[in-house]
Amino acid sequence: MSEPTRTGYIREINGPIVTIVLPGVRNGEQVRIGELGLFGEVISLRGQEAIVQTYESTDGVRPGEPATGLGWPLSVELGPGLLGGIFDGVQRPLEKIALQCGDYINRGLNIAALDRARIWEFEPNPQLEPGQKIGPGTVLGTVQETQTILHRILVPPTLSGELEEIAPAGDYDLEKTIGRLRDAQGHSHRLKLFHRWPVRKPRPYLRRDDGIAPLITGQRVIDSFFPQLKGGKGAVPGPFGAGKTVVQQQVARWSNADIVIYVGCGERGNELVDVLETFPQLDDPYSGRKLMERTLLVANTSNMPVVAREASVYVGITMAEYYRDMGYDVVMLADSTSRWAEALREVSGRLGQMPVEEGYPAYLASRLAAVYERAGRVETHGAGSGSVTLIGAVSPPGGDFSEPVTSHTKDIIETFWALSKELADARHYPSIDWVTSFSGHVHTAAEWWHKEISRDWERRRTEALALLARDAELSRIVNLVGPEALSSAQRWELEGAALIKEGVLQQSALDEVDTFCSPRKQFALLDLVIFIFKRGATLIELGVPVQELQQLPLMARARRCKSMFNSEQVDQIEALREEVGRVFEKMRLEYAKPDEAATNA
Amino acid sequence: MSIKEYRTAAEARGGLLVMKRTPGVAFGDRVLIRDHAGTRRNGQVIRAADEETLILVFEGTDDLDLESTWVRFLDEPVEIALSPELLGRVFNGLGEPKDDRPPILSNIRRPVTGAAINPAARTYPREFIQTGISTIDGLNSLVRGQKLPIFSGSGLPHNRLAAQIVRQARLKDEDTSFSVVFAAMGVSYADAKFFRDEFASSGVLRNVVMFINLADDPPVERLTLPRTALTAAEYLAYDLDRHVLVVMTDMTYYAEALREVATAKGDVPARKGYPGYLYSDLAEIYERCGRIHQRHGSITMMPVVSMPSDDITHPIPDLTGYITEGQIVLSRELHNQGIYPPVHISPSLSRLMKDGIGKDDTREDHPRVAAQLYALYARALETRNLASIIGADELSERDKRFLRFADAFDQRFVGQGEAEDRSIEATLNLAWELMSSFPRDMLTRLSETDLAKYHQGSD
Ligand SMILES: Nc1ncnc2c1ncn2[C@@H]1O[C@H](COP(=O)(O)OP(=O)(O)O)[C@@H](O)[C@H]1O
Ligand SMILES: [Mg+2]
Repeated sequence: MSEPTRTGYIREINGPIVTIVLPGVRNGEQVRIGELGLFGEVISLRGQEAIVQTYESTDGVRPGEPATGLGWPLSVELGPGLLGGIFDGVQRPLEKIALQCGDYINRGLNIAALDRARIWEFEPNPQLEPGQKIGPGTVLGTVQETQTILHRILVPPTLSGELEEIAPAGDYDLEKTIGRLRDAQGHSHRLKLFHRWPVRKPRPYLRRDDGIAPLITGQRVIDSFFPQLKGGKGAVPGPFGAGKTVVQQQVARWSNADIVIYVGCGERGNELVDVLETFPQLDDPYSGRKLMERTLLVANTSNMPVVAREASVYVGITMAEYYRDMGYDVVMLADSTSRWAEALREVSGRLGQMPVEEGYPAYLASRLAAVYERAGRVETHGAGSGSVTLIGAVSPPGGDFSEPVTSHTKDIIETFWALSKELADARHYPSIDWVTSFSGHVHTAAEWWHKEISRDWERRRTEALALLARDAELSRIVNLVGPEALSSAQRWELEGAALIKEGVLQQSALDEVDTFCSPRKQFALLDLVIFIFKRGATLIELGVPVQELQQLPLMARARRCKSMFNSEQVDQIEALREEVGRVFEKMRLEYAKPDEAATNA
Repeated sequence: MSIKEYRTAAEARGGLLVMKRTPGVAFGDRVLIRDHAGTRRNGQVIRAADEETLILVFEGTDDLDLESTWVRFLDEPVEIALSPELLGRVFNGLGEPKDDRPPILSNIRRPVTGAAINPAARTYPREFIQTGISTIDGLNSLVRGQKLPIFSGSGLPHNRLAAQIVRQARLKDEDTSFSVVFAAMGVSYADAKFFRDEFASSGVLRNVVMFINLADDPPVERLTLPRTALTAAEYLAYDLDRHVLVVMTDMTYYAEALREVATAKGDVPARKGYPGYLYSDLAEIYERCGRIHQRHGSITMMPVVSMPSDDITHPIPDLTGYITEGQIVLSRELHNQGIYPPVHISPSLSRLMKDGIGKDDTREDHPRVAAQLYALYARALETRNLASIIGADELSERDKRFLRFADAFDQRFVGQGEAEDRSIEATLNLAWELMSSFPRDMLTRLSETDLAKYHQGSD
């Protein structure tokens, strides 16, 4: 970072792509462009010329203005003070920018991500002694970053050697020295509460581990049907208005992660404001503290410069890896990876690169895979196990899942929550389609559910999906020949499927009681509806008319149950199940011939 | 830098002019072009290098020759003059008068490409606007600061609907009226006149600024027009504290103009020949709408997007839907049945409805009424579909009930008069009247309290 800066000049401005003449500049190096000092990054070299992508609008910039190389690649600051904040696509703090320059984002601003004036109470790691060998990821001490999050101060991944000294407990700002390390060459390095890391380079870890625990999101169709694991990678594709953002925000709100990083990439400004305004009011169901204390936002909205959109995803994932390295389970949500891909396309188009499909460059698939590859559960260098779960929204043009971004993403991820326009149009939310969605983690999740909640979980899940499949089949018949062609048993199957859809799958994010659903409540509801269906089926066999069952007040209650009882009132749901048992039993006795009653009992 | 003039034109085609050896010209700057006949045209620098500069000519490049074309680089961005005198006036896409009155004189001049609003400076839009239209107020509510487009098709009454909304829109319990910025791109003379007459007859003309580019005006000018109009809207909202309603019609012609220029520039096409940056370009326009901390005024936007061949997956409505905060979709089928406004509620959506309705804003039952109506209507449409295959007589009693509901809903809830201004209470009461044809047990989206209070059925 102490390299001398070099200055050259601008040759051509073509929107966000600027050609400069700056001998000695490196690929990937940060540059500042023009009199305004716009931020940019070198993306290719050609003789004396370098092609720069600028993160800010180039309006008013002229050929001949200066261009300066900074000597380092796009990097982020990692240290206490990130949580609760909102940053732009290159990690500039948007709240500070608003204070400094008002409602609109000025250009050429150079504001550090982390607040240098803020004082942190540092507690050194009691196990450390001067003279000890330390290396990447060694925990030097801790700072209470928010009420819930203890920030572990780590030795940067690039340093190892002998600890020369460690500061005593006390108040420090970010630039103060909190320790010294002597490397193998005998150089002494100052250690601070923060360090920098280049965003395009994955942070190192000891080894990769398999995911073992489901990420509980409090959303039934996710947790009970298409589970995600901590450390997994998933996608939420869907046409506009299908509910991608709501799914992502629900995961951000209610999942049992330690840290949530929400990257608004090329989407609406108001959606970030929604998070900013509501998260400080909402309680984390696990810690009881405010959600904002574990959340940080990265915002490159659709009207902000396209090139910074490409950077924003890397900025987000690097911060996610940093908290992972402290031993935390981090969830990163990227809304939307399609806008990120479009930023790639935009730049490649301006560079005149050969497009392969729908204008996208040939490297789209490999770049996508490389981003998702940064998710995972790992053994960290110094803080045990940690994970990054990455869930990306995908916005296929025209809702067509065969387009390049959706189809490449589908090959990479393990969990696919496919949103359907038909379901959304009928206001069946979340509109996650049970036919086209999949999860590669059902088996692992089942172990958890069987141990923690009920041994019947996987069986109930399978029964429910089977019934939904029957429903699709029968509905096709109805649409050909009418409902009269169905037997009562078949009509009861349709009724059972309707009950699963309404009583279990549908879950309004806006319903105060039902917006979060604990695993116990999830199972109780699923168990209830399957119980009704199965017991009802035996009654139908005995000749009870479908209509008689349909009209039972119990059925309406089973549908409303999810919003009547919260996650603490699971016993009430279980009581309803008992009641259904009693009522059905009474009906059975009425209809059954005496001898059959004995054999069925 | 200062003003410079050159006569080094090397190429002219498709609205683009290439100038050789024009050193030091700034990207995005405005230029004046004088052609062989001495006629003035306006342009903007869209690629700048010392050896060669690319200029977008708003009036187009027809009839230009290379020898006698003079280009003057004005050393300033494309901007417009702003003052309260804007109201009541008519301009073209560059902010030049189109009403035979003098240009606006003012010290306040602003570039038409606005900077991005800092998301941290925004306030979430929450204030319910009553439009008097049941399908909007009841099911897809509009709030102050929202961008809610009308997706339509040729021959459908989107203009009449937009005009009715302009006439009737107001906050509940408040009668501050909206100032209107009207942006017309590529529309017919008749359509522009329709709006003008509408504004005149409802007496709001003094509160309207119009930016007009007709179907036979130069298409390239359509690229600046919405930006110019929004710069005026921002001035009215944030300098003069007004609540501004921006009506933009027709975004499809805007996007077509963009495609024309992109093709001439040789930009890599994404879908249907539209450039890959169409999304970002539209977002630069739509995202200028909203509410900002500590600003009294607001910008609410209602763009009209006509869907080519009624196809909602066409790139223009598709990308619009990805950016805007919902959409009101008009249906040809309803229109052909004589239902006005022919709003098809299933694909329609208001994303900002959730915080603008309910107990403190409209009425406590509103969110659940909307959810229930949607669920019933979805089921009713399925039934209608079924009836068309197997015949209505074959349906069960239960299904027939849905069929009757669908018809009543289309006729009475969707359909209303062009001058009919329904209060939100009237809309919700009508909803209950229709829903009361179902027994309480079938209305599981409503709470038991709602049912006890509003259900009019016997059981
Ligand atoms: N789980 C849900 N509960 C309630 N409403 C939902 C849910 N999911 C989606 N919606 C509704 O659908 C609208 C669009 O959802 P959104 O997530 O913004 O769509 P997308 O991001 O796919 O365009 C929301 O504004 C909300 O009204
Ligand atoms: Mg979204």
